[in-house]
Amino acid sequence: MGHGILLSADANIDFMIHGITKYSFFGHEVWITTTHVCVLIVLLIIAGFSIAANRVLVKASEVPTGFQNVVELMVEKLDGIVNNAMGRNAPGFYNYIGTIFVFILVSNISGLLGLRPPTADYGVTLPLGVLTFLLIHINQFKHQKLKDIWVDMCSPLPPWLPIWFPINLISEVAVPISLSLRLFANVLSGTVMMALIYGLLGWIATIWPAALHVYFDLFSGAIQTYVFCMLTMTYINNAIGDA
Amino acid sequence: MDFNENFILGCSAIGAGLAVIAGIGPGVGQGIAAGHAAAAVGRNPGAKSDVTSTMLLGQAVAETTGLYGLLIAMLLLFVKPLLP
Repeated sequence: MGHGILLSADANIDFMIHGITKYSFFGHEVWITTTHVCVLIVLLIIAGFSIAANRVLVKASEVPTGFQNVVELMVEKLDGIVNNAMGRNAPGFYNYIGTIFVFILVSNISGLLGLRPPTADYGVTLPLGVLTFLLIHINQFKHQKLKDIWVDMCSPLPPWLPIWFPINLISEVAVPISLSLRLFANVLSGTVMMALIYGLLGWIATIWPAALHVYFDLFSGAIQTYVFCMLTMTYINNAIGDA
Repeated sequence: MDFNENFILGCSAIGAGLAVIAGIGPGVGQGIAAGHAAAAVGRNPGAKSDVTSTMLLGQAVAETTGLYGLLIAMLLLFVKPLLP
């Protein structure tokens, strides 16, 4: 019984998350999925690179050569991005933005290694969005007065008439959701597209899918990484304000 | 009222097709952004890198609504929430 081409051919097309083992966590059934394994592989790659970079930088020379050049270039580029976006608030955020940048970038381009990109799982991108949300509001409460925040939340109307407050509240809550859904949907669409090409056109899929990999994995992944970090920095900068 | 499973799947497929019509808006919006960015680089070639990064950021934000349509389509096709 065929359910259309997409659903009948799903023996070949596989881009879903699969459970590997399950265990009981205080009575809840919790699954270890392929996403966990892919995140672990990504973290091992990053950790390996970090250890190698540390080895080199411990005995760094004044004039960098070889691998030290690469590491210094990466750090300078990342710090440059943060500097451009955040101005004088930048020094506190080099570490955080650099970390999520490297993690999301390696996750997005891990499709090239044959992994299912971890960021194509909403369970990975939502925590990233929630982290941004927490950072926005922690910084807002740290750097602005409560009264200013209240005036801002009632913004088009005067502060004694909080009719717009619920609407502004919804727009605040929408920030992490739209951030995480943007990253998730972009990476997922690339994953689905590649799965469809390999599944339905597998008999002629030689060499030319490489071009699509360059677009969907490298280009789209890099752009979305940049956009996620850029938006995070912009929101945090707005929250800090001029104080 | 109970419907045949195939009927629900067919309607889900039609709904998925309708949902990805949402791609029209971001297409037009990204095209406008790219056109204006090209004009800006033409006027001021020195600011090319700034214009490009601003354009990419704006395009990625404009893309979001289209991606929501895509997500709805994927949910209808692969998660099949309407099946009993």
